[in-house]
Amino acid sequence: MAAAARFFIRGANYRLPVSSVGTGTSGSVGAALLKLSPSCSSRSKTQRRHAAHFTYQPDPVPTQYGETQKMNLFQSITSALDNTLSNDPTAVIFGEDVAFGGVFRCTVGLRDKYGKDRVFNTPLCEQGIVGFGIGAAVAGATAIAEIQFADYIFPAFDQIVNEAAKYRYRSGNLFDCGNLTIRAPWGCVGHGSLYHSQSPEAFFVHCPGIKVVIPRGPMQAKGLLLSCIADRNPCIFFEPKILYRAAVEQVPVESYTIPLSEAEVLQEGSDVTLVAWGTQVHVLREVADMAQEKLGVSCEVIDLRTIQPWDIETVCKSVVKTGRLLVSHEAPVTGGFAAEISSTVQEECFLNLEAPISRVCGYDTPFPHIFEPFYIPDKWKCFEAIKKMINY
Amino acid sequence: MAAVSSMGKMYGLCFHAARQTAGVKASRLLHRRAFRISAVHQQQPFDSSLEKPQFPGASAEFVDHLEFIQPNVISGIPVYRVMDRQGNIINPSQDPQLSKETVLNFYQKMTLLNTMDRILYESQRQGRISFYMTNYGEEGTHIGSAAALEPTDMVFGQYREAGVLMYRGFSLDLFMAQCYANADDLGKGRQMPVHYGCKDLNFVTISSPLATQIPQAAGAAYALKRENLNRAVVCYFGEGAASEGDAHAGFNFSATLECPLIFFCRNNGYAISTPTNEQYRGDGIAARGPGYGMLSIRVDGNDVFAVYNATKEARRRAVAENQPFLIEAMTYRIGHHSTSDDSSAYRSVDEVNYWDKQDHPISRLRHYMTARGWWSEDDERTWRKQSRKTVMEAFERAERRLKPNPELLFTDVYLEMTPGLSKQRDSMWRHVQQYKEHYPLDLYEKQ
Repeated sequence: MAAAARFFIRGANYRLPVSSVGTGTSGSVGAALLKLSPSCSSRSKTQRRHAAHFTYQPDPVPTQYGETQKMNLFQSITSALDNTLSNDPTAVIFGEDVAFGGVFRCTVGLRDKYGKDRVFNTPLCEQGIVGFGIGAAVAGATAIAEIQFADYIFPAFDQIVNEAAKYRYRSGNLFDCGNLTIRAPWGCVGHGSLYHSQSPEAFFVHCPGIKVVIPRGPMQAKGLLLSCIADRNPCIFFEPKILYRAAVEQVPVESYTIPLSEAEVLQEGSDVTLVAWGTQVHVLREVADMAQEKLGVSCEVIDLRTIQPWDIETVCKSVVKTGRLLVSHEAPVTGGFAAEISSTVQEECFLNLEAPISRVCGYDTPFPHIFEPFYIPDKWKCFEAIKKMINY
Repeated sequence: MAAVSSMGKMYGLCFHAARQTAGVKASRLLHRRAFRISAVHQQQPFDSSLEKPQFPGASAEFVDHLEFIQPNVISGIPVYRVMDRQGNIINPSQDPQLSKETVLNFYQKMTLLNTMDRILYESQRQGRISFYMTNYGEEGTHIGSAAALEPTDMVFGQYREAGVLMYRGFSLDLFMAQCYANADDLGKGRQMPVHYGCKDLNFVTISSPLATQIPQAAGAAYALKRENLNRAVVCYFGEGAASEGDAHAGFNFSATLECPLIFFCRNNGYAISTPTNEQYRGDGIAARGPGYGMLSIRVDGNDVFAVYNATKEARRRAVAENQPFLIEAMTYRIGHHSTSDDSSAYRSVDEVNYWDKQDHPISRLRHYMTARGWWSEDDERTWRKQSRKTVMEAFERAERRLKPNPELLFTDVYLEMTPGLSKQRDSMWRHVQQYKEHYPLDLYEKQ
């Protein structure tokens, strides 16, 4: 499914040598041709690729979980998986290309360390990957399934929604696939376009019985992923792919868990509540600084972390205090998760609201390629939305 | 291989598959297994001086004339049977020579299932239960295969395998409880009738979406393989469900990941109203097995011994060799698809009568038994009366039983009760208290 366009994603700091992609001839021929072209000699701004739309804000060094090590997001995932395979003899990791280390390097070294019966490739078939994972979980194994991009999770939608989510309920708790965790790279990456940028969390939160979790960085990712694996319900763990290399911080080496269904208030404020998850948390943190500096507005920033079941209490408590809410996500605004948060908050906090709830999200279009800078809910759009709320 | 010159007369992949399934020498098999393992590790050194193809994707000879392989649907994979339609053993070496006690048990389970089906079908017609699916004509596939498995083997079914559960010892009370969705239902009243499940009997709860169980069975088999406790998985599905993408996924995964698993396809001629010639154009389901690298066989599903023999051997080898087997049991769906179907709309009464009267698994086994003096007319009369009585008694008990407490609407969505669901539950009870005359509370167990 969608095999044609799998390619290595270039993060902000990564360079892929041209010659490593087999051309049959030496890479220097290509380089020589490029040099001859007139438009290539000038380094005009229009030719360069757009810089990232966020600045990664590392978490402070954790002290309560023991020794830490500098890791980026994919390394923190590897670390979580390593801890899991080490502590749980039934744990298995499978999906497309996980054996050699995965297209995002999340499973590097694990097959050599734990064996080919525990870290293995499957055929290219997402419905099979998830179905297989469900069966393994039902039979008692800890099953960690990788979907290569969240954009390709849809063939598995039936298995996730009709089977995994309902296994316990429909069997009267005789059977369940709580041992299943599905991981997938998620969100915009600068050039991913329609099929390497999607944030499909909204499709899954509408389905009772599964949990959906999205971390904002390496330290969060490892703890949340380990919680998902330990959780006795099927979980979907989306990993912001743009952060795989760009996000670096100190991460505990040993196992630790971060509770699910608990949002985190990253900074307190009194005028506006800002809610996001994944990459967008870092955009909002910058927006909070801009609002303070340019408008004198004090923002409370919340990372939702678990999208389903979400921490209604923390968000509502914040809105009762500030009276204003802005929710931001890359996924299209219509039917996106901001709509659910918005609806619930207006039910619970109606009389506390000073302004309509603001949603700064993607447009209702497929995720475009060259128009990405215009599509994404960047800091300027969020900043403008805060201005409107303050002046309502 | 003489493949090149015999292409013109080749019977297609089917014939070779039939050869392979009809008694392969152990050494040839080991060679194939060894090849499969080495194919996984591949990367043989390339040597373009040889005139053999070097492609990583296939191992075969070159051929220099253009010829398409003919799919063979006229004389495809043969149907293995032990008894003729009258219950006589054809090849004595194939008689499993089961004890009288075992064979009587087969017969009694098949007929008890038949009796339960008649009563529950009728109870739907009378509005006592909401829905039912009968197993008429397919009892042999259930009992023959179930008897060949170990009790600890996991069963993933579709919806027409009640006999497997019955053979394993699921009580009439529990069958009825599920159909009535009463407070004794192990499934807590959440699903439509015939969606049985039983953890103690290793029968995974049935779900309505078709073929979803197929890749799940592969995953379960993989997990059981790693446990190394001599447990297999059997996965039942119909020839219609075999068209689903999940079936392709399950077959491919089980073969590539070397799972100890038996795929048991009940080819009963119809998927609701869709006959097999509108379901597939190839040689049924068995012919697909070799395409996945799977050992496959076609059996007479109305011959309980043929089903038994094939399942027993497949189970033994699946566990010993860690590979999947595909059994296509040919049979006929004598009943309607379900109580929501009237099959006279798409097939003739004559066709149904043929199978009911001339080729039925129950009568075949009865002939086998009577020929050996194991079963008389008196035995038949006594048994019919007794089985009808036990079914009716269970039926009456199920009728009287209350439905489960509506609290159970909200539990088991997750292992734990979430704050959100707790609020919704409280809201439901407040509402029902206020409008109680509009809700059938008397039919349900109280808190």
